Amino acid sequence: MNKFLKPLLPPLLGLLLFVGVWALVAQSSPQLPGPLKTWASAAQLFSDPFYRKGPNDQGIGWNILASLQRVAIGFGMAAAIGIPLGFMIGRFKFLDDLSAPIISLLRPVSPLAWLPIGLLVFKAANPAAIWVIFISAIWPMIINTAVGVNRIPADYMNVAKVLNLSEWKIFTKILFPAVLPYMMTGIRLSMGVAWLVIVAAEMLTGGVGIGFWVWDEWNNLNVEHIIIAIFIVGIVGLLLEQVLVLLAKRFSYE
Amino acid sequence: MEKYVQVENVHMVFNTKKGPFVALRDINLNIAKGEFVALIGHSGCGKSTLLNLVAGLTLPSDGAMLCAGREIAGPGPERGVVFQNHSLLPWLTCFDNVYLAVERVFGQAESKASLKTRTHEALALVGLTHAEHKHPHEISGGMKQRVGIARALSMQPKVLLLDEPFGALDALTRAHLQDELMKITAETNGTVVMVTHDVDEAVLLSDRIVMMTNGPAATIGETLTVDLPRPRDRLEMANNKRYHELRAEVLDFLYRRQLRPAA
Repeated sequence: MNKFLKPLLPPLLGLLLFVGVWALVAQSSPQLPGPLKTWASAAQLFSDPFYRKGPNDQGIGWNILASLQRVAIGFGMAAAIGIPLGFMIGRFKFLDDLSAPIISLLRPVSPLAWLPIGLLVFKAANPAAIWVIFISAIWPMIINTAVGVNRIPADYMNVAKVLNLSEWKIFTKILFPAVLPYMMTGIRLSMGVAWLVIVAAEMLTGGVGIGFWVWDEWNNLNVEHIIIAIFIVGIVGLLLEQVLVLLAKRFSYE
Repeated sequence: MEKYVQVENVHMVFNTKKGPFVALRDINLNIAKGEFVALIGHSGCGKSTLLNLVAGLTLPSDGAMLCAGREIAGPGPERGVVFQNHSLLPWLTCFDNVYLAVERVFGQAESKASLKTRTHEALALVGLTHAEHKHPHEISGGMKQRVGIARALSMQPKVLLLDEPFGALDALTRAHLQDELMKITAETNGTVVMVTHDVDEAVLLSDRIVMMTNGPAATIGETLTVDLPRPRDRLEMANNKRYHELRAEVLDFLYRRQLRPAA
């Protein structure tokens, strides 16, 4: 047995099993399309992913890109605010005490509960969806960054004191590199949440996007497309996660 | 005796959850320029606390501390510290770890090239030129500690403070680094305060051994002048009668007069 193929065998077997069970279930339930039917439909769908026939009928490629764009904006803003906030909360005890009740209160709120507030404030669906991504992605970044700052070994801070480093040097040479692994964990968690939430948010807000597309296909009773959408969401989420894992490895110093 | 480092009537009280804890009381210690002083005592006797006070990392609850005529009000580059566990920044190379210190002390007055030269020199002094561009996790414990020493020396401190610098090393590496430290302090004629719990290390390296009583409320029990001629050789010392007398005196203090009940 080839040693490159050997580690691939169990995952492939798992996937095969999954498809097998799916095919069996589809056999006994006429509503649910089987793997072959879905595959044929997917092949057709991806043969022309970037067409535009009006605002509510666009290719699957455009839908995926629209969702990714919302996630990028919401997630980017959450990072831009959440990471510096995390640093400050971690560095200053007063800010930690100040923000602790707010964070503990708001963090467990289901992301979609924020959607009406977004619609009310922005009076448009697209910014409201971005707002939901923002508010649900910000917590893991704040919390993990703050924890990272708190866990900096006292030795490093003693070095900073003994060398009498300036605040800027402390930040660039000690604080930032020491917190980076924690920050990357926060970013990964946030990205996961953001991608989870976008599908649900778009179902409610409409427009172009993978979430809306699922809802639209449900209304058309095109079950193949719904199954395809589930795979797309899964695969894109997996790819985003892998990119961030690679990035985290790049930044780890051990 | 010229008083280079002065510690006068220093008390150190920590506020703990169980109320105030008196770590040190009535500490009076004068150190001359160029002198090598070892602080020895059982663990928990506050010797590291005393070193941190001289370093300025903690401020005394009472009493006065001076270094080269100026009050010690905080850490400063004129007092270079080598920590027990090397405390190198793992994301910087050996060179960059030292450069950080050099830049801080000489960055205002000197060119980049000159700062780099200083860094190379400090690493060469501890024999680590070949490992300049390695990261701390790529080198051995002894080498890390040498980088720590190079970092402290690179600032050209008036006083070098060593907190059990070789405590975490194996015996052979420790002996090797002790010899190198002796050579370096002989070359630079530096003032050194070293915390240790190793009797041989204290006798071999220092001019004076400050022996501390057990805590809480520890103080200086006795000081012993080490009148062995320099340069000292580890192998010769093994047959030196005076060396063994001094060693016996420290041991007597530590294990007869300050014996701790087994922890």
